[in-house]
Amino acid sequence: MTDTPTPTPPTGRGALHRREARLAWGLLLPTVISVSLVVILPLLAIFWISFKPVGLADLRPTAPVVRESLRGSGEDLRIEYRLRNSSQDKEIRGVTLTDTLPDTVVVGEGLPEFCTLSGRALRCDYGDISGGFNERFALPITLAPGADEDAVEDVVEGSLPRITGEGDSILTNAEFTLENFARIFDADEFWGVLGVTMFYTVFGTLGALLFGLFAALLLNKSFRGQGILRGLYLFPYVAPVIAVAFTWVTLFDPFSGSANALLIQMGVTNEAINFFGQRPLALIMVTVFEIWRYFPLSFLFILARMQSIDTDMYEAADMDGASPFQKFWYLSLPMLVGILSVLFLLRFIWTFNKFDDIFLLTGGNAGTRTLTVNVYEQAFAVSNIGAGAAVAVVIFGCLLLFSVLFFRFISREEGL
Amino acid sequence: MKLFWHGLVTGPVLGALWMVVLSTTVAVTMSFATGDPFRPAIWMSLLWGGVLGALLPLRPGKRSVQAGAGLLVFGMVLIGVGPMVLGPEVALLSRWIAAGGLAVVFVWSLARILHEMPAGRLNRHEFEAAVIRFLTGFGYIFFTAVVLIPFYVMVMTSLKSQQALLQNPLDFSLDLSQGWGLFRSYAELFGQFNFGTYLWTSFFVSVLTVLITLAFSIPGAYAVARLRFAGRAAFSRSILLIYMVPMIVLALPIYIAFSVTGLRNTLFGIVLIYPVTTIPVALYMLQGYFRGLPAEVEEAGLMDGLNRLQVIWKITLPLALPALASVSLYVFMIAWNEFLLAFMLLDDPSKFTLTRGIASLNSSEIPRQHLMAGAVIATVPIMAIFLGLERFMTKGLTAGSVKG
Repeated sequence: MTDTPTPTPPTGRGALHRREARLAWGLLLPTVISVSLVVILPLLAIFWISFKPVGLADLRPTAPVVRESLRGSGEDLRIEYRLRNSSQDKEIRGVTLTDTLPDTVVVGEGLPEFCTLSGRALRCDYGDISGGFNERFALPITLAPGADEDAVEDVVEGSLPRITGEGDSILTNAEFTLENFARIFDADEFWGVLGVTMFYTVFGTLGALLFGLFAALLLNKSFRGQGILRGLYLFPYVAPVIAVAFTWVTLFDPFSGSANALLIQMGVTNEAINFFGQRPLALIMVTVFEIWRYFPLSFLFILARMQSIDTDMYEAADMDGASPFQKFWYLSLPMLVGILSVLFLLRFIWTFNKFDDIFLLTGGNAGTRTLTVNVYEQAFAVSNIGAGAAVAVVIFGCLLLFSVLFFRFISREEGL
Repeated sequence: MKLFWHGLVTGPVLGALWMVVLSTTVAVTMSFATGDPFRPAIWMSLLWGGVLGALLPLRPGKRSVQAGAGLLVFGMVLIGVGPMVLGPEVALLSRWIAAGGLAVVFVWSLARILHEMPAGRLNRHEFEAAVIRFLTGFGYIFFTAVVLIPFYVMVMTSLKSQQALLQNPLDFSLDLSQGWGLFRSYAELFGQFNFGTYLWTSFFVSVLTVLITLAFSIPGAYAVARLRFAGRAAFSRSILLIYMVPMIVLALPIYIAFSVTGLRNTLFGIVLIYPVTTIPVALYMLQGYFRGLPAEVEEAGLMDGLNRLQVIWKITLPLALPALASVSLYVFMIAWNEFLLAFMLLDDPSKFTLTRGIASLNSSEIPRQHLMAGAVIATVPIMAIFLGLERFMTKGLTAGSVKG
């Protein structure tokens, strides 16, 4: 028998493989494009904007504004154009006005030098106008024989002249500044904001995990009503944040809140406490809210993990006479360390990123301004978009650091 | 620590602590229900709880002893030297309900906590079991109260007038003589604040978000789960990385872009953005599910002449209906609850979503009960969906909650 070489799989990429890869990328392309447009592009934009001296007012494009009206009467009759720059400090280039004059007027002597008239078509070239520009130009006219002055006025002011001009946009010009970063790194304020953020993030995350663990331990045994309780314990997370945040504000209101009424009635305090309006209680309260709203997530994950643990271990431990706490400490906890680690890292980053909850509860007042709330504060309350973007860049830097630590740590733990 | 391993030490301690828990619970419950002053007396709770905690282990299982203990608690509360103090204005019926409730619940539950605990020396197992039963009972009460109280206040405040709220913030008794007037806040929200329109807008936006998300994520998830291509593993692992970016960071340039392009104050702009925040998590959830489906069924389809797209449509998707339900519910919940983007991008009341409409109620000129009625209107639909489809929702939460 002839010695036949051993069959081996073909190397390289065959036609089928390439076709499959092409199909895969075809299926993925819509997702990749849409996510890039809404995530990657804004991220790049943030870095760009953070070096720009941009205010809220700068978002409206600079444009020439014109208003036309008929002025005077008899020998002094004239069409008047009022031209204005919408910006007080930005130049507009290449401003031109075009208009069509009605048949009932005759243009007299004194056409402005920058205007030309051909037939009924009027064209005026103003060139460049500076910021704050606001002037009138008159076009002397007389009425055609038999024309009524009021009718002419209606026609003249009823038609809209077309105005064009190219304004410079602060967002796309070559003007840059480090003022935004200098502003947000003002020593006292920045470290205060960072401290608040870290307090909120660390204790919010730890609290959610511990309460989630406690809740999971409660519901790990099967009993009548377990399903109802499990659904109930998920309510804080499922409900809209705006609904529960405003409810907490109502519940803890110093004037009409039930919590204060209860505390006064029970003798815990003599006067109403402004829970969300004074330091440092407000920061503690927003942290407690965070724990309340997100312990259901930890509870759900931990419960799922617990119920996947083999019960044989516990039965063997019972045979050896292990006590309940010993079983928890030596058997349950080691099994849960993996999921707890993953949850901590994930919750840490999400809590660090949280904006809605704090904004709705306190607006960032009374010592609760975190980095994310500061983005909004700088951009909209102070109307400094560039500074808001600078804070966003700082947040992104922190997140990169967390991600590095996260992936270094997570590679040694169970994947999620 | 071993000092506690004795029935006559553990019993009184657990009994004392349990009485504090229960007297507080009953006092808070009755205060919320009636508005009248109910106050737990901490020291008397410790005293009576300790006494009964010592008594029950001495006569385990004796009904007469338990009945006597209950009567004792009942009598002491009514006399005024019990674990709970009732204010002079408390009505007689409320007194009896509070005293009776505390007595019955305390004796019944303490008997269960101290069940199987002897009156003498305890071993470690018996001691820890008793403590765990105490902690379990405390946990049930604690979590149920912590979750329910805000929602209770939300609903009840929406039924009260501003004047009644200021008069007694604890009085949530319903004035049934008002009849339908009880729901005046709701009527005014729908009549004067256009909440019907907000509801419809939110529903419309949420459903569109679900449909668009599925349309984008199903093909992508299938590709990642089933097809071989360079970068597959990296893509699978990195898809969720975008959730590390705070929405407020993205919202700022999106606000600028939409302002410049005229997409602000348009539902089109909102529907453009929402799905992009949910497509990655949906893709992540679905790829896990697709990966778990048997490949043989699809290969059979390919052998029968179907192309990949037909296989997805005829074989894979029908098999994946449970996962599609989970993903849809989860995405709907995210879109329905979303606040930040709507807050920043919608200023025109005719375009408001429900959450944006509620935000506009947060003003000192609008009574608190209207705000709470708005909160109820936003919460009830999503809660109804959640409770009705909890199995799917729970699965969606577990698989998708990496979104945070």
